[in-house]
Amino acid sequence: MTHDEPVLQVRDLVKHFPLTQGVVFKRRIGEIKAVDGVSFDLNRGETLGIVGESGCGKSTLAKLMMALERPTAGQILFEGTDITQLKGKTLKAMRRKVQMVMQDPYTSLNPRMTVGDIVGEPFQIHPEVAPKGSRKQKVRELLDVVGLDPDHINRYPHQFSGGQRQRIGIARGLALRPDVIVCDEPVSALDVSIQAQVINLLEGLQDEFNLSYIFIAHDLSIVRHIADRVAVMYLGKLVEVGSDAEIYESPTHPYTQALLSAVPVPDPEGRESRERITLQGDPPSPANPPSGCSFRTRCWKAQDVCASEVPELEPRAAAPHPSRCHFAEVHDVVHAS
Amino acid sequence: MAEVAHQADVTEVGYQAGPLLEVDNLHVEFPTRDGIARAVNGVSYSLEQGKTLAVLGESGSGKSVTAQVIMGILDEPGHVSAGEVRFQGRNLLTMSEKERRPLRGNKIAMIFQDALSSLNPVFTVGWQIAEMFRVHQGLTRREAKQKAIEMMDRVRLPAAKNRYNDYPHQFSGGMRQRIMIAMAIALGPDVLIADEPTTALDVTVQAQIMGLLHDLQRESNMGLILITHDLGVVADVADDIAVMYAGRIVEHAPVHDIYRAPAHPYTKGLIESIPRVDLKGQELHAIKGLPPNLLRMPSGCAFHPRCPYRTDQCMTDTPPLYDVGGTRHSACHHWTEVIDDAR
Ligand SMILES: Nc1ncnc2c1ncn2[C@@H]1O[C@H](COP(=O)(O)OP(=O)(O)OP(=O)(O)O)[C@@H](O)[C@H]1O
Ligand SMILES: Nc1ncnc2c1ncn2[C@@H]1O[C@H](COP(=O)(O)OP(=O)(O)OP(=O)(O)O)[C@@H](O)[C@H]1O
Ligand SMILES: [Mg+2]
Ligand SMILES: [Mg+2]
Repeated sequence: MTHDEPVLQVRDLVKHFPLTQGVVFKRRIGEIKAVDGVSFDLNRGETLGIVGESGCGKSTLAKLMMALERPTAGQILFEGTDITQLKGKTLKAMRRKVQMVMQDPYTSLNPRMTVGDIVGEPFQIHPEVAPKGSRKQKVRELLDVVGLDPDHINRYPHQFSGGQRQRIGIARGLALRPDVIVCDEPVSALDVSIQAQVINLLEGLQDEFNLSYIFIAHDLSIVRHIADRVAVMYLGKLVEVGSDAEIYESPTHPYTQALLSAVPVPDPEGRESRERITLQGDPPSPANPPSGCSFRTRCWKAQDVCASEVPELEPRAAAPHPSRCHFAEVHDVVHAS
Repeated sequence: MAEVAHQADVTEVGYQAGPLLEVDNLHVEFPTRDGIARAVNGVSYSLEQGKTLAVLGESGSGKSVTAQVIMGILDEPGHVSAGEVRFQGRNLLTMSEKERRPLRGNKIAMIFQDALSSLNPVFTVGWQIAEMFRVHQGLTRREAKQKAIEMMDRVRLPAAKNRYNDYPHQFSGGMRQRIMIAMAIALGPDVLIADEPTTALDVTVQAQIMGLLHDLQRESNMGLILITHDLGVVADVADDIAVMYAGRIVEHAPVHDIYRAPAHPYTKGLIESIPRVDLKGQELHAIKGLPPNLLRMPSGCAFHPRCPYRTDQCMTDTPPLYDVGGTRHSACHHWTEVIDDAR
């Protein structure tokens, strides 16, 4: 295992959920293609941002990487081992190395456990990490590190606000000093001031322990700040992948361009005149994605070839970073207006 | 019958002189094992018809609790210890539950911060929306279903018809939030309180939802209270902003004023902590320190332990909401200095 090798390699990952109809006699009428052929590498110490429309499969992808769901097809190599095939002890050992911070601070915390029990729970599952006598002190340190009062160790989740609860989740994610942390919307429930603290915290921990992050968020300005590379996802597929500068300054996929143009600008001056690319039509159902390019039904550039040929995620003439568009063209939306 | 309806209209026009909704010096307490948590400490804000008031603020500052009081759904052991909430001039807090129930959903509706836990996991999503129409408008099962599918379409759920019989857990976070919005606007309320309505949504859907709320507002002159921490969304849609800290309003002003030159150090800190492209690779500006412990509230100004403008006065005297000119107010003894620094 060399240090240059990616810590995580995702290959042709697919997850389909059955789609049923009828309440009493459920009939299978198709499948929801939540993740539909996703490949990427995550390097050591790197942050990969994942952005995309609600329902495009980001959380499903996160659960697959945590081995909380089994893929329909494909591989996830963690330090060279395919984790989709692991069971029992080896699966448990892997879980120590890959931790997750969840999207929903309300349902991801057990309401009957105290904050101390929640943050300390990983130590019960992996007792080798912290001897019994030191656990309470470790939990207090973790609470302090995420900006919670260590004296609140005996409180229950409902006694905290949404933002405070999210910090409890981050403290738990950090407990086992993992190699990879999958952050699913880790700061979207936090106010901006605490967001900044948490982002600084995550970046500081990354430098200190050479952590790798998968950072899923809908806030593109935060993703730009923290990510080294950004992957844009649409309907279960990655449509554009590049460095933060490539994605934000020279996006070539129309969906990326629409996404960037919809970002609200934190300045009320001129808000009436600001131009936006408004996407036509509804997002298609992942149960029945369009033929060819899945974005074509909402794309202003779509032509016949888009309905018949699936574009590959590959470097284009317009720019060297991979883009899944037959008509890839650079359009700097952020600086256009 | 038409006469009566007309009469009612005239009466409602009479209310347009005053604000649609007013929160006046509201105090809410939670008794806890360790003492009384003063979650809301004298909050006042008002909402005009057809306008959007954005409520910003530190996590735990009492934004949701204030909204729960307006809706009349504050959880035990929380209780209002002082203050009024007036809807069209009538104090909601002295009404009986019987008087209030018909207002909830029909006149004042809310989109909750935690979409999953507010949907019932054992009923299908379509049924839950249809139930609103059956209970409140007495529609038949079939009419209600039709209306429910219309609402699901309206909030842009793909293939709404096919998903009528799906359960909440089968939808993604963002879809569940759109379902909540469909339920909240179903009955055409006068006041809509949206508690972080788009935090779980990507920007394209966020833009659609905010556009949808804006259209509904224009059509029906609905007042919108938007609780959020997204300073981008606020800049986009708000008419006025109320900033909360430790259960108080610290700044209340028209949107343009606040972004141009905040008049409170906490607001200033918030605006400075927005990630900006030219700060990539550097630490973000974060407001130092921790939010206050509601059981042991700092003396004087609650923000003083974290404030770069702090003087001795701040540690002893609680600042009133100073009139800063125009329709602006700031609860900072040093507001002139703060405004000058921003210029
Ligand atoms: N257990 C499940 N059964 C059936 N369908 C599911 C299940 N989990 C997710 N889906 C579907 O898979 C698709 C992807 O969902 P996912 O939660 O991964 O989206 P997401 O990108 O995380 O969205 P959001 O930004 O709203 O959180 C959605 O259409 C969703 O309805
Ligand atoms: N049942 C309870 N018991 C004790 N304290 C409570 C209870 N419910 C709420 N609180 C406290 O009241 C305060 C205000 O909570 P509220 O949910 O209104 O915050 P918020 O401003 O909406 O924060 P966020 O932005 O994180 O959602 C918090 O400090 C919270 O800890
Ligand atoms: Mg998700
Ligand atoms: Mg809240």
